[in-house]
Amino acid sequence: MERIPILKMGDYLLVTIQVDMHDRLAMTLQDDLTERIAKTQARGVLIDISSLEIVDSFIGRMLGNIAAMSRVLDAETVVVGMRPAVAITLVELGLSLPGVRTALNVEQGMSLLKLARAEQENVNGFGER
Amino acid sequence: MVSVKDETMPIRSSEDVVRVRQAARELALAQGLSLVDQTKIVTAASELARNTLDHGGGGTVRLEALNSETRRGVRLTFEDQGPGIPDLDLALTDGYTTGGGLGLGLSGAKRLSNEFEIFSRIGEGTRVMIARWK
Repeated sequence: MERIPILKMGDYLLVTIQVDMHDRLAMTLQDDLTERIAKTQARGVLIDISSLEIVDSFIGRMLGNIAAMSRVLDAETVVVGMRPAVAITLVELGLSLPGVRTALNVEQGMSLLKLARAEQENVNGFGER
Repeated sequence: MVSVKDETMPIRSSEDVVRVRQAARELALAQGLSLVDQTKIVTAASELARNTLDHGGGGTVRLEALNSETRRGVRLTFEDQGPGIPDLDLALTDGYTTGGGLGLGLSGAKRLSNEFEIFSRIGEGTRVMIARWK
């Protein structure tokens, strides 16, 4: 079965979407990622959408769902690399991706994840993890 | 108005929705639409193709290149023989959904197009036409 690969790097999961996903493939990715977060106890998920030529309401909903599910599983999600034309279209479509953290590129996305983790450890108190 | 390129594609599966997106992209590119306008019409096409599949039980899309002396553009017409839409005003309201989605498909596609027309008859089907000009 066709699947989007999920890479593990330290405490983080990385996904690069490089194909024009049909709806079932997007749903499979959502399920796979949720399972992998729980299984690997990942602290963050980075999704690179720089290859995507469009983000419609279905993909937008999938990104929102992944962010929400990962939060429930104590992991942060950052979506990176959205093309400017995609951002313009997404907002006009009526989607502003509430609850989804974004960054311009992979590097900035990783910094954001590390920062979020450091902040959370401060809140939790030192030495608990 | 002369339309040169004119093609009809089936929408029977979610793979067909991907094919419709790709065909709409090629047509918009060939018609000289800007990158942002291509992205808008392809996104609108994706929403409407999914509606045709999920709510209309499948159907067709007609893709036309529009060329007049003064302007060029793309017209897409989605047609299904599904149950039809009882209340068009309601269906065009942001956030209204019967399919468990976000309820942005129809209203969003309208915002992303320069022209938008919808005809629906209960028990007979729905036809949605969108156009985007260069």
